[in-house]
Amino acid sequence: MTLSTFPLGARPQGHPALGSLSLRSVSKVYDAGGIAVPAVQNCSIEVAPGEVCMIVGPSGCGKTTLLNAIAGFHPISSGEILMDGALLCGPGRPQADTGADRIVVFQNGALFPWKTLIENVAYGPMVQGTLPRRAAEDRARELLGEAGLADVAHRYPGEVSSGMARRAEIVRALINEPRVLLLDEPYRAMDALTKSIMHESLLALYDRTRVTIFFITHDIEEAIFLGDKVHVMTTRPCRLKQTIEVNLPRPRSYELLTSEEFRLLSEEAREAISEEAIKAFQSGEREA
Amino acid sequence: MTLQTTTTEYTAVQAPGRLRLFTWRLKRALRSPRPWLMLSGVALWLFTYWLLTEGLRLPRFDKIPGPVVVLSEIFSRTPFQGISVFTEIYYDHILASCRRIFLAFAIATGVGVPLGLLMGWSLRFRAYTFPILETLRPIPVLAWVPIAILAFPGFEWPVIFLATLASLFVTTLNAMLGVQSIDDAYFRAAGCLGSSRWQVFRHVVVPGALPYVFTGLQISIGVAWFSLVAAEMVSGDLGLGYMIVDAYMNNVTVPMVIGMLTLGFVGWATSALVRAVGNAMMRWHMRALAIQGR
Ligand SMILES: Nc1ncnc2c1ncn2[C@@H]1O[C@H](COP(=O)(O)OP(=O)(O)OP(=O)(O)O)[C@@H](O)[C@H]1O
Ligand SMILES: [Mg+2]
Repeated sequence: MTLSTFPLGARPQGHPALGSLSLRSVSKVYDAGGIAVPAVQNCSIEVAPGEVCMIVGPSGCGKTTLLNAIAGFHPISSGEILMDGALLCGPGRPQADTGADRIVVFQNGALFPWKTLIENVAYGPMVQGTLPRRAAEDRARELLGEAGLADVAHRYPGEVSSGMARRAEIVRALINEPRVLLLDEPYRAMDALTKSIMHESLLALYDRTRVTIFFITHDIEEAIFLGDKVHVMTTRPCRLKQTIEVNLPRPRSYELLTSEEFRLLSEEAREAISEEAIKAFQSGEREA
Repeated sequence: MTLQTTTTEYTAVQAPGRLRLFTWRLKRALRSPRPWLMLSGVALWLFTYWLLTEGLRLPRFDKIPGPVVVLSEIFSRTPFQGISVFTEIYYDHILASCRRIFLAFAIATGVGVPLGLLMGWSLRFRAYTFPILETLRPIPVLAWVPIAILAFPGFEWPVIFLATLASLFVTTLNAMLGVQSIDDAYFRAAGCLGSSRWQVFRHVVVPGALPYVFTGLQISIGVAWFSLVAAEMVSGDLGLGYMIVDAYMNNVTVPMVIGMLTLGFVGWATSALVRAVGNAMMRWHMRALAIQGR
C-alpha cells in the first residue's frame, strides 16, 4: 500500500480495521510543586476502529491530560493504554512513544509558521522517509486541493485564516494515514459560521478515510453532530460519567440539527454535563 | 509572436511590474509626511549644532568644530587637518575597521549561533556551558585588553579578538533564548509527525529561533563596533578608533568629528545589511508581521 494510491488515506478493501484504543483505569497525578494534583482517576474508555469518539467535560477536568497521555507527551501514573491490542503505556512503561500512528491537532494550532502549507503537509512523509521530498510535496498539493486549499497552498500559516490553518493541520495529520486522529478542541476559538464549515470539511474527510477520531470539545451540539459516541466526563479528577450513543446515520448534514432525535440527544448530554459543571463550579468556590 | 503578447498582457494584469511598483511606492512616500518630517528633523539637529558651536560660540562648545568647518574640511581637496574624502588614509582607516568588523562578526556568528542553539536545545549541554558563559559575560571588554595583547601577536589579532568577544556573548545568549521561546506545541507536533532528534533541530529549533537570532545579530554588530573602536583606541595602528585618538593626541579636532560621523554611517550601513539578510531569511516572519499591521 503506497501513499499515493488512495485518496486521502482511504483504506483499500479488506484492509484489517485498525485504530482501536483501550484506556483501562488510567490515572494521572500531577506534581505541582510538591502538591499532588489528581487530574485523571480510574478512567476507562473503549474506542472502536473508525469510531468518532467525542469527549466532553467541564473546564479543567483533565481532558487534555488524557489526550496527551495517549499521544505520548507525558507519562501516566497508573492504568494502561492500548492501541490495537498493543501496549502504548502501562505498568513498567509509563510514557508512550510519540509516533505518526497517533497524530494530534492542537488547541491553538501548531502548523510550523516558518513552512508554507505545502511544506507543512509534506513534512510528515518527508521526515519519516515514506516519500521523497518532491513526491511528498506533490501529494501534499493534491490533498490540500481536495480540502479546498489549493489557492493558499504556497502561503505561510500566518497569512491564512484560522479556519484554513486548522483544515491544513488536519490534512497534515491525515497524509500520514494515522490510526488515530487526536483533536483537542480544534475549533474552540471560532465563530459559529466558520465552525460549521470546519465540521462539514472534517465530516467529508472522515467519510473518506474512516480514521478513528478522539475529539475533545466543550460544545454539546458539536459533539453530537460529529460523534458516534459522546463520553461525558466528571469534574476533576476526570472519569467517565456517562456515554451517549449517537446512532444518527452518516453521511450527516446540517438538517440533522433540527431533528427531534438530535434535540433529545442534546438534552440528555446537556443534563449530564450541567450536573458536573455545577459540581465543578461549587468546588471551585470552596477552593477559592 | 502572438503568444508573447498574450503573456505580457497576462502578467500586467496579474501584478504590476517592478518599475511601476517602485514609482508608485516612491510617489506614495513623497505624498506622506514622513520624508519631510525626517528632513526637517535632520535640519533642526544641524541647526542646533551650528548654533551652539559656530553661531553663538558658547563657552566649552567653542572648542568643538562646528558643521561648517567639518563639512568644508571633509570635502576639501587639501584638508588642513589631514583627513577628507580625497585623502587615501581616510579610506585606509575605514577599510581597516571594516575588515576587522567583518572577521569579528563572522567568527562571533559562526561560533555563537550554533553554541546558543545547542545550549537552548540540550539541557545537558546548557548545564556544562551556562555557568562559564555567565561568568565571562559581565567582564567588560576593556578588562580583556591586557590578556588580548599578551595572548595574540601583532596589532591586528588582539583587536579582532576584543571585537569578537562581546558580540559572541550577545549572539550566544540570544540564540539560546530563541530556542527557549519556541512554543512547546511545535516540538510535540514534530514528534507526532515522526521526526528524529536531528530533524527536530533542523526543522524546528533552527527556524523557530531565527527571529531571536537576528535580533541578537543586530545588537551584536553594534556591540562589535563598540568594542572594536575601544580596542583600536587602546592598541592599533590604523582604523577609525585609532584615527580619532590619533587626532586627539595631535590636537586636531576636525578628524575626530569626521571619524565619529563615519562610524555612525558605517555602523548604520552594517546593521541595515544584517537586517536585510534577516528579512530575506525570514519571509514567513515578515509577512506575518505585515499582516498584523506592524
Ligand atoms: N503540568 C501541570 N502541573 C500541575 N497541574 C496541571 C498541569 N497541567 C494541568 N494541570 C491541572 O490538571 C487539571 C486538568 O488539566 P487539563 O488541561 O487536562 O484540563 P482540560 O479538561 O483540558 O481543561 P480545558 O477544558 O480548560 O482545556 C487542571 O486542573 C490543571 O490545572
Ligand atoms: Mg484542554
